[in-house]
Amino acid sequence: MRRLKFVSLLLVLLLAASTAGAKTLKLAMDADPVSLDPHVQLSGGMLQYSHMVFDPLIRWTQDMKFEPRLAEKWERIDENTMRFYLRKGVKFHSGNPFTAKDVVWTLDRLKKSQDFKGLFEPFTGAVAVDDYTVDIKTAKPYALLLNMATYIFPMDSEFYSGTDENGEPKDAIVKTGSSFALSHESGTGPYVVAEREQGVKMVFKRFADYWDTKSPGNVDEIILTPIKKDPTRVAALLSGDVDFIMPVSPQDFKMVENAKDANLVTMSGGRIITFQLNQERRPEFKDVRVRQAIVHAVNNVGIVKKIMKGTATAAGQQGPKGYVGYKENLVPRFDVKKARELMKEAGYEKGFEVSMLAPNNRYVSDEKIAEAVASMLSKIGIRVNLKTMPKAQYWPEFDNRAADIMMIGWHSDTEDSGNFSEFLTMCPDKETGYGQYNSGNYCNKKVDELVLGAQTETDLEKRALMLQEVEQILYDDAAFVPLHWQHLSWAAKNNVKLEAIVNAQNFPYFGDLVVE
Amino acid sequence: MFAFIVRRIIQATVVMLVIGFIGFSVKHQLGDPVRDLVGVSVSLEEREILRQELGLNDPFLVQYGRFLKNALHGDLGHSFFFKKPALDVIFSKAPATIELVFAASVIILLVSVPVGLYSAIYPRRFFSRLAMGLSIVGVSIPVFLTAIVLIYIFSVQLHWLPSYGRGETVNVMGWESGLLTLDGLQHLILPSIALSSIMLPLFIRLIRSEMMEVLETEYIKYAWAKGLTRKRIWLIHAFKNTLLPVITVGGVQLGILIAFTILTETVFQWQGMGFMFLEAVERSDTALLVAYLVVVGALFVVVNTFVDIIYGIINPTVTIASR
Repeated sequence: MRRLKFVSLLLVLLLAASTAGAKTLKLAMDADPVSLDPHVQLSGGMLQYSHMVFDPLIRWTQDMKFEPRLAEKWERIDENTMRFYLRKGVKFHSGNPFTAKDVVWTLDRLKKSQDFKGLFEPFTGAVAVDDYTVDIKTAKPYALLLNMATYIFPMDSEFYSGTDENGEPKDAIVKTGSSFALSHESGTGPYVVAEREQGVKMVFKRFADYWDTKSPGNVDEIILTPIKKDPTRVAALLSGDVDFIMPVSPQDFKMVENAKDANLVTMSGGRIITFQLNQERRPEFKDVRVRQAIVHAVNNVGIVKKIMKGTATAAGQQGPKGYVGYKENLVPRFDVKKARELMKEAGYEKGFEVSMLAPNNRYVSDEKIAEAVASMLSKIGIRVNLKTMPKAQYWPEFDNRAADIMMIGWHSDTEDSGNFSEFLTMCPDKETGYGQYNSGNYCNKKVDELVLGAQTETDLEKRALMLQEVEQILYDDAAFVPLHWQHLSWAAKNNVKLEAIVNAQNFPYFGDLVVE
Repeated sequence: MFAFIVRRIIQATVVMLVIGFIGFSVKHQLGDPVRDLVGVSVSLEEREILRQELGLNDPFLVQYGRFLKNALHGDLGHSFFFKKPALDVIFSKAPATIELVFAASVIILLVSVPVGLYSAIYPRRFFSRLAMGLSIVGVSIPVFLTAIVLIYIFSVQLHWLPSYGRGETVNVMGWESGLLTLDGLQHLILPSIALSSIMLPLFIRLIRSEMMEVLETEYIKYAWAKGLTRKRIWLIHAFKNTLLPVITVGGVQLGILIAFTILTETVFQWQGMGFMFLEAVERSDTALLVAYLVVVGALFVVVNTFVDIIYGIINPTVTIASR
């Protein structure tokens, strides 16, 4: 009982202290970070976390430009090397100074991480020229070096060196067990993790020695609570229990917009939702006319309007506007009459029967979209046996190419057009790993050539033309059925100025958040 | 009594073994846990290496044998997501669920007994008819709908009560309790009402019909003739006999209440075992799943044992040893 009194006294004191001018943001997301180690998993959630606790060398701005962070400027010194000049006087949360050796160390660690090693495959490593200059080297000229520098969040090499109390190395990247980096962090970012109970709550405190003193951000404490259910998350915002929520489900948009004291912000995102037509399972799909017929039969503009309630942009190609490969003329092609003609031309006037698989909890309204597409295909005589399942069961089925038509959504980790093709439309090759998610088995040597060429092409204009040609070929070949790009959504109370910190990558920069 | 308890322990072991086996065999159908541990762009080979490391490629019987061996040492496996022993995770989530079930049971008890008795004694009165009508409606509304409606009315519209979570908790000897703070109690109100809404109508109807039956028996008529007070007849003679079937049903229903915490906790983001279970299914965190099933199985056996003991106390004509 005595202890209880003490606890409540302490709480009262804390409460009094926190109301005295300090700003606290109560943040609700659909999930919390799986670890404190930024290299343990490559996922949106972990990158969001990295932007809070660590700082990248450079980062994306809202208009898709690079903004200096820990690197103040950079220049290409030869075709395989980019030189980064680092910010001076930056401190890690542990108090250690940030220098070039931390960048070298971090890049080495990224190349060991199971999740990141693929993305950093083109890199050979980094060399510290002096304490505040570092050369990042690639094996071949690499056009996306700067894109990847947004993923280099320098970690405190001194802090993560040595062994922990169990005798394990502190820099070990452990996915399923405990490790030092799982429960300890030392980055240069605006927030320090003060408290963490996985799946329940995470408390971030503003880092007192944060280098970016010009940042307008004025939030001293962020309390992150995962709220899994969409309606509960929205209710928490509308009832005033939390200040900021992400994501917001499309069916709740109206409710948030109508609320007096809450504000909804949406932005076109980079995730494309598609269906792939398996040519290996179905000889019919080898015929480009049949593939074109299917693309023409799918009214994706209608899906966006009716099912997505306007919270997506109907697509005709892989990469959205703003990406280098985007071509203005590749628009959605809904035309049932033409679709029927194409089927007739191909000799399938009577149609045929196919199987279709889609997840039911992975993408926004995925199950409804699949149902709509199935009924659209029935109009041109293609009878679809649709099965939907939770993502945990869906992925193994997808890996086994278990149906004739399968749904896949993709967001480019490099924020570049080439990445879509590398995973979705290049010829599947177990050796190189290209086409890993190409369940349609579409294969066009010309596409492979162009995408691989674009990787090493450092003349950006020429490169853009190559990637645009890829989109054109995929369009003409009807390589896949494009549906739409999902929009991103955030909502907050009116005093939270969220417009300034959100971006198309869905990494809100909480360090710069202003709360009035 | 001693023999009874020993028998129960043996039964519990068998139940847990069976549950463990079933849980272990279905876990292979629940998807690939490795998928949830890595990013989408990670190659097949990398995933294969991880699967090998986790021992997921071994034959079923080898995996099951390993599971049994560890289980004998009190280790029910390791949660992939929490990166901790599954039992630790479950025990850290248990207080939340137990408090929720406890609060819901209290509500059920406090409401169903008076309402049930009243409508048995005065079946024709307006209030009794209203209670019966409402209980039919109550039985047919799914719990998540009740929960969302409650949140909408009391949190979003009226701003009276918080919409999610447990609020402030106090650690009392390792037990994270929300019952000792005002904030914690406020957070408890909506979830426990939502959870109690599944059982409440059933109990009102059960108590009512049992009581009506008892009121018709000979010994009650005799009591009236003897000139006992109404209070004594209703509350002591009649009510006590009404309780027997209610307790039997209550024991079974407590299990169902625990099952329904899965839905209630998910809607309210209540950090208990039910919510954890659903998350584990979605993440195919298979070790945690199996451990949860085994623990809940054990809980069922324990609850039913207690019910049997209480039954024996209330009705001395039933001897435990003979059961």
